[in-house]
Amino acid sequence: MSSAAQAKTLYESHFSEMEKGGLPNGKAWIRNLRERAMARFNGLGFPTSRNEEWKYTDVAPIANTVFQPARRGLDRDAADAAARAALGSFEACRLVFVNGYYEPGLSSPRPPLEGVEISSLAAALEGDGGWLEPHLARYAGYENHAFVALNTALMGDGAALYVPPGRILTEPIQLLFISVAGPEPAVSHPRILIVIGKGSQASVVESYLGAGEGVYLVNAVTELVIGENGVVEHYKLQRESERAYHIATLQAHLAGSANFSSHSIALGGILARNEINAVLDGEGCECALNGLYLASGEQHVDNHTRIDHVKPHGTSRELYKGVLDGKARGIFNGKIYVHKAAHKTDAKQTNKNLLLSRGAWVDTKPQLEIYNNDVKCSHGSTIGQLDQDAIFYLRSRGIGVETARSLLTYAFASDIINRIKIEPMRVQLDRLLAGKFQADSPAGREP
Amino acid sequence: MLQIRNLHAKVADSEILRGIGLTVKAGEVHAIMGPNGSGKSTLAHVLSGRENYQVTAGEVTFQGRDLLQMIPEERAREGIFLAFQYPVEIPGVSTTYFLKAALNAVRKHRDLPELDAMDFLALIKEKMKVVEMDQGLLNRPINEGFSGGEKKRNEIFQMAVLDPKLAILDETDSGLDIDALRIVANGVNALRSAERAMIVITHYQRLLGYIVPDYVHVLFDGRIVKSGDKRLALELEEKGYAWIEDEQEKAQRAGA
Ligand SMILES: Nc1ncnc2c1ncn2[C@@H]1O[C@H](COP(=O)(O)OP(=O)(O)OP(=O)(O)O)[C@@H](O)[C@H]1O
Ligand SMILES: [Mg+2]
Repeated sequence: MSSAAQAKTLYESHFSEMEKGGLPNGKAWIRNLRERAMARFNGLGFPTSRNEEWKYTDVAPIANTVFQPARRGLDRDAADAAARAALGSFEACRLVFVNGYYEPGLSSPRPPLEGVEISSLAAALEGDGGWLEPHLARYAGYENHAFVALNTALMGDGAALYVPPGRILTEPIQLLFISVAGPEPAVSHPRILIVIGKGSQASVVESYLGAGEGVYLVNAVTELVIGENGVVEHYKLQRESERAYHIATLQAHLAGSANFSSHSIALGGILARNEINAVLDGEGCECALNGLYLASGEQHVDNHTRIDHVKPHGTSRELYKGVLDGKARGIFNGKIYVHKAAHKTDAKQTNKNLLLSRGAWVDTKPQLEIYNNDVKCSHGSTIGQLDQDAIFYLRSRGIGVETARSLLTYAFASDIINRIKIEPMRVQLDRLLAGKFQADSPAGREP
Repeated sequence: MLQIRNLHAKVADSEILRGIGLTVKAGEVHAIMGPNGSGKSTLAHVLSGRENYQVTAGEVTFQGRDLLQMIPEERAREGIFLAFQYPVEIPGVSTTYFLKAALNAVRKHRDLPELDAMDFLALIKEKMKVVEMDQGLLNRPINEGFSGGEKKRNEIFQMAVLDPKLAILDETDSGLDIDALRIVANGVNALRSAERAMIVITHYQRLLGYIVPDYVHVLFDGRIVKSGDKRLALELEEKGYAWIEDEQEKAQRAGA
C-alpha cells in the first residue's frame, strides 16, 4: 500500500473510532464539518516537498508512522511533574490538557470576568455553545492544508474562550498541553477557539510540553478572532520532548483597529512546524509577530508566517530569531501579502539567525507580495556566526571563551524574550535560556 | 615585568611586527608613538592574545612566564589589560553584568573571594568617580550607542575595576575633546602606581602632557627605531615622522 493510502486508512479508522464514542459530535453542524474535513484530508494527503509551502520540511516521518489516537490520562504522575515544571509561579486562569484531554484536576478555570466564557472545547461543544458555530473552522482553512483538515476532522478537546465586548482581562489565560509519550506513537489534535469582542483585551499563553521518551504527534490548530479595537497578546511556548513531532497553525483574524501581538518560542521536538497567519481585515490594524527558535542535535524547526494586509493603514512588525547548533535545521518562511486595497500599509519583517556549528543549517525565505503602490514595506534576513571581535573583547577582560560564547548567544536570543510582557513568564524563560547556554541571566538590570 | 625579544608577527600573511624588543618594569609608563599602520595596535593585540595575529618569531615573558603560551582570558587574569582603540559594542549584555563576571573571573584566578552583588556595587561606585562615569551608562549594553568619548571612558573605568598589573592603552586619547581628554588622563594618572606598568600608545604629545611617560618609543614599520624620554615626544610633535623616515633610509643605505 502506498503511504498516502496507508495514511488515509489509518486516519479513517481514527475517525470512525471517534464517531463511535467519546468525543462530542451531537450537533449536525459539527458532524458535517468533520466529515467535510475528513474528505478533504483524504483528497489532499500529507504534503510533499513539491508543495511550495512545505519545500523545506519533509513530513514523511509523520506520514510513515502508525499513530494511535492519544489516550486520556496516561501516567498522571508524569503529567503532574510536567505541569509543576511548566507553570512556575505565575497567576493565571489555567486549563491543563493531558494527551489532548482536559484535566479538571490540574486546572483552575476561574472565569476572569462576568460574561467571559472559558472552558474545554469538549464542554463548550456539549453545552449551548451558540457562539461556537459562527466561528469554529471559519478562519483556519482546511481546503489546502492537510494538517488543519486532519485536526478539523479529528479535533477532540482543546479550549474555548469567549470574551464579550468591552472586557479587560488583567490575568493571562494559560492553556497547557502536556503529552505523555507511551510505548506506542500517539497523536492528539488540540483545537483552540478564541473570540475577543469589540474593545476587549486579553493575553493567552499556549504551552506545549512533553514527558517521557516516546514518539508522539501534536497537531494543533488555534483560531483567534479579534473584534474591532480589541487587543490580544498571544504567547506560544513549544517545549515538546525530544522525539516528538509538533505541527501547529495559529490563524488570527483582526477587525478594524485591532492589535495583535504574537510571541512564538520554539524549543522542543525533533520536527516542529509552527504556522502563524494573521489577516488584518479592517483599517488601522496592528500586528507584531515575534519568534525565537532554538534547535540543536538533529532537530528540525520550521517557522511559517503570513500576514495579509487586506485593508488600509495597517502596520505589521515581524522579528524572528533563530539559534541553530549541532546538525539542526531551521527554516523561516515569512510572507507579507499586501492586497490591492491596503494602501498606507507599513510592514517590516526581519529574520536573524545564529549558527553555532558547522553542521547547522538555515533556510530563510522572506517574501513580500505587494499589490498597492502606496505602502512602506521592507524585509531582511541574516545568517551569521558569533562575532569574533565581541568574543575577544570579553576574553580580554578575563571571561573564559565558553562563557563568552554563551553570553553572546544568550544576548542574541534574549532580545525576543525581553518582549514578553508577562513578567513571571519572561523571568522563567530568561532562566531557561540562561540555563541552556550555561550563562546566568546577563540581561539582568542587577548584577 | 614585561620582556619582549625580537618579536615577529603576521596577520593575513603579511609581516607586521618585524623584530620588536621592549622591556617594561613595574611602575614605569612607556609611550609608543608612530605613524598610521606602523603596527602599534598589532603589538597591543599580540600582547593580549588575539588569535588572528600569528607570532612567527621571538618571545615575550610576563612576570617571568611565557606570555605567548597563554590564552587571552588567562593573560587578562594574570593582569594584562588592553584598552581598545575601537571598543566593541555588544548588544544584550549589560555592562555591569559583564564587569562582574570579568572581575570575579580575575579574582578567582588570584585566589580572592568572589564579590557579591553588594560589594560589587560598592566597588563600582568608587571606581566610577575615577573617570566621572555615569551610572546610566553602566545599565546599558556594553558600549552600545556610546559616544566615542564614552567608550574610551568605559575602557578606563573597566581598567580601574579590574586592577591590572600591565595596562596597554591603545589611542585612548583619539577623538576626545579637551574635557574628555582631561577626564581620561586624570583617570589614568589616578591608577599609576609603583606596582603597575603602562604602555600608552598615542599619536599625540597632547596626552603625554597629562600622562608623563618615563620612556618614549617610536614604532616604525614594525620595529622600534628610536627610544628616549619625554623630550622625544616633543621632538616628534615638532618635526613629525618624516625625519624618522629619512633617518631610516639613511641607515639602510649606510648598511647596504
Ligand atoms: N586583520 C588584519 N588583516 C589585514 N591587515 C591588517 C589586519 N590588522 C592590521 N592589518 C595591517 O597591519 C598594519 C598595521 O596595523 P595596526 O593597526 O597595527 O597599525 P597602527 O600602528 O595601530 O595604526 P593606527 O595608528 O592607524 O592605529 C596595517 O597595514 C594594517 O592594514
Ligand atoms: Mg592602531
